[in-house]
Amino acid sequence: MAASLLSQAMKRCSAHTCAAVAVRRALSSGAATPSVYTRFLLKLSHYFYDVENILDWNNWLRSQGVIHKNRLFGYAQKNFGNNVAAAYYILTLRGSFRFAGQSEWFRPDSRGRFSYDFMSTPDAKIEEVDLSGTLINHNGLENLVKQNKLQTLSLRGCPEVDDWFLARLHVFGESLVELDLSHCSRITVGGLAALQNLRKLERLDISGLPRLQNPGLVRILLEEMLPLCQVSGAEYEQGLIQPDSQEQTEGHHEASTHTGLRHL
Amino acid sequence: MWRKLFTSVPAFRALKAPCRSFKSSSRGAEKDFFKDLDAQLRAFRDKAAAAMPGSDWSPIELTPGLPPERADVVIVGGGVVGWSIAYWLKMKARVRDGLRVLVVEKDPTYSQASTVLSCGGIRQQFSLKENIMLSLFSAHFMKNINNHLCVVNEDPVDLQFNHSGYLFLASEKSAHIMEENYRTQRCFYYLIIKHVFDFIGRYVGAKVALLSPSQLKERFPWMNTEGVALASLGLENEGWFDPWSLLNALRRKAVSMGVYQCFGEVTGFKCAANLAETTDGEVLNVQRIKYVNVRMPNSLEYQPVECAVVVNAAGANSGKIASMLGIGLGPKESVSGVPLPVEPRKRFVYVVHCPDGPGLDTPFLIDYSGVYCRREGLGGNYITGMSPEETEEPDISNLDVDHEFFQEKVWHRLAHRIPAFEQLKVSNAWAGFYDYNTFDQNGIIGLHPLVPNMYFATGFSGHGLQQSPAVGLAVAELILDGGYKTIDLSALDLKRILLQEPILESNIV
Repeated sequence: MAASLLSQAMKRCSAHTCAAVAVRRALSSGAATPSVYTRFLLKLSHYFYDVENILDWNNWLRSQGVIHKNRLFGYAQKNFGNNVAAAYYILTLRGSFRFAGQSEWFRPDSRGRFSYDFMSTPDAKIEEVDLSGTLINHNGLENLVKQNKLQTLSLRGCPEVDDWFLARLHVFGESLVELDLSHCSRITVGGLAALQNLRKLERLDISGLPRLQNPGLVRILLEEMLPLCQVSGAEYEQGLIQPDSQEQTEGHHEASTHTGLRHL
Repeated sequence: MWRKLFTSVPAFRALKAPCRSFKSSSRGAEKDFFKDLDAQLRAFRDKAAAAMPGSDWSPIELTPGLPPERADVVIVGGGVVGWSIAYWLKMKARVRDGLRVLVVEKDPTYSQASTVLSCGGIRQQFSLKENIMLSLFSAHFMKNINNHLCVVNEDPVDLQFNHSGYLFLASEKSAHIMEENYRTQRCFYYLIIKHVFDFIGRYVGAKVALLSPSQLKERFPWMNTEGVALASLGLENEGWFDPWSLLNALRRKAVSMGVYQCFGEVTGFKCAANLAETTDGEVLNVQRIKYVNVRMPNSLEYQPVECAVVVNAAGANSGKIASMLGIGLGPKESVSGVPLPVEPRKRFVYVVHCPDGPGLDTPFLIDYSGVYCRREGLGGNYITGMSPEETEEPDISNLDVDHEFFQEKVWHRLAHRIPAFEQLKVSNAWAGFYDYNTFDQNGIIGLHPLVPNMYFATGFSGHGLQQSPAVGLAVAELILDGGYKTIDLSALDLKRILLQEPILESNIV
């Protein structure tokens, strides 16, 4: 009896921290306060291994879904050519694109259906791509690497775009002119450093990136790195400590730079 | 303990006697009794709860932190290579508790471990195809690290990976080596096998670009390209990350899968010896390890752990572990006279601050003179260092930093390459050990003929961190499947030491 009380007390302590972690993660991924149902499930999962396993399977299924969406469209590439395969891939992801030399955009409708007119021009290269809100990740970029005339890429609000994705964008180094990375929650400064390979970049949007601690400083560094580029989405004052704010925030920042230096 | 419950009350009262003030004794005794009654009842309740089944009290006083008496695999060394092997062993043995793995680490604070003192870089620009494969696999592992190493209800893993790439500069005489390496890297494709939960079969090559001095100057205007004939820049899968995060992620996941962790030092082995005769008629003493003696920290107490397989992933101390088994202590011409050629070599890392230094596009620059430099954070700090000459190796008895080395050897070469570094300030420095393979500076993986159940995974000479996930999988495959399945590392086998056939890597730092 005492033992079960003791173990329950311990679980309750860990449950509080774990619930905090789970809610924090759900919040950081962009969702609003999780629903009563989600919170109830999370609470149950701290008491029962079965519920914990079910939630784990849920996450696994979701990640499998992303992997399936970003598979290589090898069959289409082999039989219809790279351009048609890339176009097909973009449309199945519910993105839209425009071929070079044409002015109309190919978009799917609200239910995800699209016409197959893009197959009539197998030699046309893609010039502008809008993949906002899609589930593209670094594996899916394999379908697009041959599009060396790509000029505009919009990745607004893509939850799976991370630093590794940015590192793979070097293949568009000769042609990419505009890149929109706003509201991609996984991007950090380490990934933005990889944009040094996009020498022709003229417009870059880095608004709404929650993992950038000093957006103003990052904007200055990016403008220095890419002289032709106009960086929007971050003001120079963002992340700057004002001299008349509390000393406490300065102390916090000092501590964070020390840990950022090295752990000795 | 039961006796203590009932004798505690009079003992307490007896202690109170000397410090009592001038009061009538009987009334004072009663007051103390009621004041103490609450505390006494609480103590009684705690002791009763501890005595009930389900608490962790036991009448036999055990030393905390002892390893289990029996384990299937004992991994000596709790660095990133050791934990990677533990993780992959558990990953391959799918059944929980199917394989009992114990990781023994000498230092719980990791104060001298090479893993955490490393600069954390990862690159694919090697000349040996096995090294390229190992780094490429590790990069892919880190790409999907949350699929591999996430634990339910814990924070996702954040390696703080900076994708700036490595930039190797070559002078006239070494430019042709760089071109050879470039061809090896581009032409080599590596197939990643489909894993049950994680990755899909793909063909990938290592993405590297060759730059001429003029292209280099245009790309990195802060660099002085004098003396540079050719440069190679890694475009993808190269950069640097936080080694402590990787170590902790591997450790957390391995412990969640049931790996035992013990902080203690391996002081000896108990082996069963057999005699074997070689084709030359030489009689060898083949030892099979039966027990590993693990000594507790700050104590003489040790626990002999009965085991089937031992893995030597002790890094800079691997030579010491090998000599405990008599490897290298035999007559000079025989197999047992060849020691494990891994010894600790001290390397210095200096943190410098330069306000006008290169910006966000600074890659991990490696000059042909041996000096290297990379950006650290966004505040104008850089990490730099250099490998000393063979004849001027620093003393390895401690990890003290030699600042004269920076002033005399490193600074002028650094300032020559990056003129802005003529004005800088050294804000910090530390030293760490390489597990240096004095034979050919490449990793040693495999079995020793004289000890049929000790696997070696050491001697990476500064590349252990970037190759650790792949090496872990390779050793797990050796142990559980008997051979390599994913990456073929037969070229890095230990027998090349005994046959005196070095495989040399020309692109080491």
